[in-house]
Order: sequence, then structure tokens, then C-alpha cells
Amino acid sequence: MSRWFSRNLIRIYAALALIYLFIPVGYTMAFSFNDAGKRNINWQGFTLDNWKNPCGAPDICVALGNSLKIGFLSTFIATILGTMIAFALGRYKFRGRSATNLLIFLPMATPEIVMGASLLAMFVNMNVNTGFWTTVIAHIMFCISFVVVTVKARVASLDPKLEEAARDLYANEYETFRRVTFPLVLPGIAAAALLAFSLSFDDFIITNFNSGTITTFPKFIWISSIRGVPAQANVIGTAMFLIALTIVIAGQVVGNAKAKKRR
Amino acid sequence: MAIAHVSPGTSTHVQPERSGRKVPYLLMLPGLLWLAIFFIYPLINLAETSTKTRATTQETGAFVQTYRFANYIDAFIEYQDQFLRSFMYAFLATVLALAISYPLAYAIAFKSGRYKNILLILVVAPFFTSFLLRTIAWKQILGAEGPVVYVLRTLHLIGPDTTITASSFAVVMGLTYNFLPFMTLPIYASLDRIDPRLLEASGDLYSNGLTTFRKVTMPLSMPGVVAGTLLTFIPAAGDYINAAILGNPTTKMIGNVIDSRFFRIVDYPTAASLSFTLMAAILFLVVVYIRRSGTDELV
Repeated sequence: MSRWFSRNLIRIYAALALIYLFIPVGYTMAFSFNDAGKRNINWQGFTLDNWKNPCGAPDICVALGNSLKIGFLSTFIATILGTMIAFALGRYKFRGRSATNLLIFLPMATPEIVMGASLLAMFVNMNVNTGFWTTVIAHIMFCISFVVVTVKARVASLDPKLEEAARDLYANEYETFRRVTFPLVLPGIAAAALLAFSLSFDDFIITNFNSGTITTFPKFIWISSIRGVPAQANVIGTAMFLIALTIVIAGQVVGNAKAKKRR
Repeated sequence: MAIAHVSPGTSTHVQPERSGRKVPYLLMLPGLLWLAIFFIYPLINLAETSTKTRATTQETGAFVQTYRFANYIDAFIEYQDQFLRSFMYAFLATVLALAISYPLAYAIAFKSGRYKNILLILVVAPFFTSFLLRTIAWKQILGAEGPVVYVLRTLHLIGPDTTITASSFAVVMGLTYNFLPFMTLPIYASLDRIDPRLLEASGDLYSNGLTTFRKVTMPLSMPGVVAGTLLTFIPAAGDYINAAILGNPTTKMIGNVIDSRFFRIVDYPTAASLSFTLMAAILFLVVVYIRRSGTDELV
């Protein structure tokens, strides 16, 4: 028994760490079924009402809609801009490469509150009214670096022999890119887009500075947390968790299937 | 980096497009322009704001440029406690996160067999629930009406008036929790990259498990540890959500001060100079740390 314990000590430790990670997720999920009305703090009994009527809390679905719109828009633009930079950095030697790398690294090393505050100060100085579009601008800004880093890793790990082979088969530059390079990098781009979307969807600090009177889902939670978060927020949080998990697992399964086919 | 091996001349094929010098710049132009306008320029603008003083006659929110660098000193002296606390909390959270993450990453990299991918997904998965919801969940789990306090009180381990939330402990725990995946993933990545033959070779040279870990595994995982500690420390030092939800007025961090200076007091110069002091302090610590740990390839 004690030998089994010492041999599996690290596995037990890891399991405990994972449990720690999931405690508040489990709590959020459980309390999405709480029959508690607005003040979702104590367990009052099981109900499916919150799930049947996720928009039941006032303004929650407006906030969710804004978050989704902002998320999709900024993910789309940040993924394109970031992928282009990733290709440039991963593929070419040029002057200013290390300066570019530094410029990409800096937003990730800057506290969110500094980015949010500085952008708001600029909008205030320029007399720009903050709202939907200033939020999109801010989200694209902080997502670009994460996209670059994710896609660059994929571009860097490509086997150059595959592209050489394509050229040997008389594919021109464009065809090589479209039929060989791009499909190979695509999983990296998809992962980057998923990351960008979850960063945008979950962002509170920068959004709070730059969104003016527009509410997003995190902002809704923040504002309602003063009086008690409605159970519908738990429903939406749980649903987002399950959707994202499904996408990630589906991606894994498709990737495994493809890898098997290739073998 | 090993990517730029496709230098012109080694290939027998002519690659006119590839040798086009403008291509990388054109590819980067829109993205870098975006960062220049919405990241770099605002920082410059913030620097400019930080030395302004309140205009004497105008309404709130009007400031004039007087190049008053003493703003920095005033702000620092007034809020040195919050600065110190921010770095203290961030340091504690980073150490705790490392202690939790390293064994976890190690187990996933070396002991998980075919469950590796599933475990990796599990590490990231909590991220998909809103982090505000998770932090509020901690507040309720540890709160006065929550299950943990109830159990501890029933067992008479704590008195009837003792609480866990609204304390430094709760804030540090929240910070540790929130940035845990940022620590685990880079460590995992560098552990996973280790060639298993190196570990075998170490065993062949009669070192036991502990020596192998100390002399081979750990040094090779240092880049991941450095990246993970930075990715935890930086956001933790600037955070104010955990302090706002899990803390009390005596656990305020510098982020809380910047936030309230901006929104409640509308004192942009102080908020700006505090932001810059925070950023400078973080960058200073990061540079010292990277130098001392000898991993320059990060930047």
C-alpha cells in the first residue's frame, strides 16, 4: 500500500491539482440549477427553470449578444492580422525582425490595466466616445500577439521538405501555399482563433475601460455581483464551457483521425 | 531560430517571390500598424498625461501639461503600501502556482501515457468558464455562508466569527488559481520536449531518479519555468479583480488604486503615473529575472 502510494505520489498530486482547478467550475455548474431567483448564493433546491429561460435575468442576453459580436469580430480581424505577421516572422529573414518580436512580446508583458487605461486616455484626449467599436479595437489589439505566437510555432514546425516537394512537382508559389503550406498551418490558425475568441469573450479589465455604456457578459457579471449574480449567468457560463470543450475535443478527434489516415 | 534555413541559393529552383524583400514588410504592415496606433501610441499618450496637473478653473477631468515629474514621486509615496502589497501577493501567488503546476506538468508529460491530450485539455478547460464567475464561485465557496466555513465551524477548527474571504489569504489564493494554466502549460511544453534518451543516459550512468531529475530534467525545463513564472507574475501584479472580490479595504492592490483614480476620482495624471511606475517596476524585475536565469531566448 505504501509502496503503491509512493510510486503514484506524483499522479495523486496531479489529480489533486486538477480537482482544485475544477472546484469553482463544478460550483458554477451546480448553481446553474439552483432555484434561487436573483440572489444565487445559498442552495435552495434543484430546478431546470434557469436552463429553460437563460435570458430570464434582465439584460443578460443583450450583454451576451454584445460579447459574442465583439468576440467574433475581433477574433476574425486579429487572426488575419496575426497570421500574416506569423508568416513573415516564421518565413523570412529581414531587418527589424528582433524589433518586431519585441513589439509582439510587449503587449503580453504589459498589465491589462495599463493597456486599458492608456487606450482610454487616448480615446478621451481625442474626444472619441467609447462603446462597441472602441471595445473591438481594444480586443483586436491584445489578441494579435497571442495569435502571432500560436501560429508562428506552427509555421516554424513545418517540414520544409513538403514545400520543396510541391515545387519539384511544378507547383508555383501560389499553388504551393494554397495546397500545401496553408492546409498544414490551418490547425495552428484554428487554435489561435479559439484562443483569441476565449480571450476576447472573457476579458473584463480592458473592456471595462473602453466599452463606455455597452455591457458585455463579464461586465454584466461584475455589475450584478454587487447584489448577487443571477443563476442565468451560471447557465451561460456552463453552456460556454461545454461548447468550448466540445470544439476542442472534436478538434482533437479530427486531428487524430487524420494522423491515422496518413499512416 | 531554425526556421530561416530556406536561404536563397541552396535550392536549385528559382524563387522570385521569395527573394522579394518587401513581402515580409507588407505582410506585417497592417498588424504592426494596429499595434503602433492602439498600443504604442496610447502608452506615449499616457506618458504625456502622467506629468499633467489639474487645470485651475475648469470642470473635473481637465488637465494641463506642466511637465510635473513630481507626480511620480507623490503617487509613489502615497501608494507605496499598495505597490509593495501587489508585488508581495504576485510573488506569493507565483511561488504557489509553481509548486502546484510543476508536479502537475511533470505528471502530464511523463506519467500520463495515452491520457496526455485529455489531461492537457482538462488544464485549459476551466478557462472556458468566465473567470469572473469562477472568482465569485471561490468567494461563495470560502465565504461566511459557504461549505468550507460551515465544515470548519462544525469541527470547531475555527471560531464562530472567523472568515476566510475578505483576507490576504483569499486574494493570494484567487491569484494563484486564476493564473495556474499560464504556469502549467509552458512548463509542460518544455518538459515534453526533453529527449527521453537523455533521461535513459542519465540512468545508464548510475544516477538515481532524484539525481536525474536534479541534473537533467530540471535544468532542461528551466525555459518553461521562466516563461510560466513571468506569465503568472505579470498579470497577477496588475490584477485588481481578485482583490476586489476576495479581499477587503486593507488588501487593495495597485490595480485597485489605478482603477478608482481613473473612474471614481477622475485623476488621470495620478492614474497614468501609477501605471507607468507599475510597468517600469515589472519590466525591471523581468529583465533582472531573465538575466539571472540565463534564458535570453524568451524575448
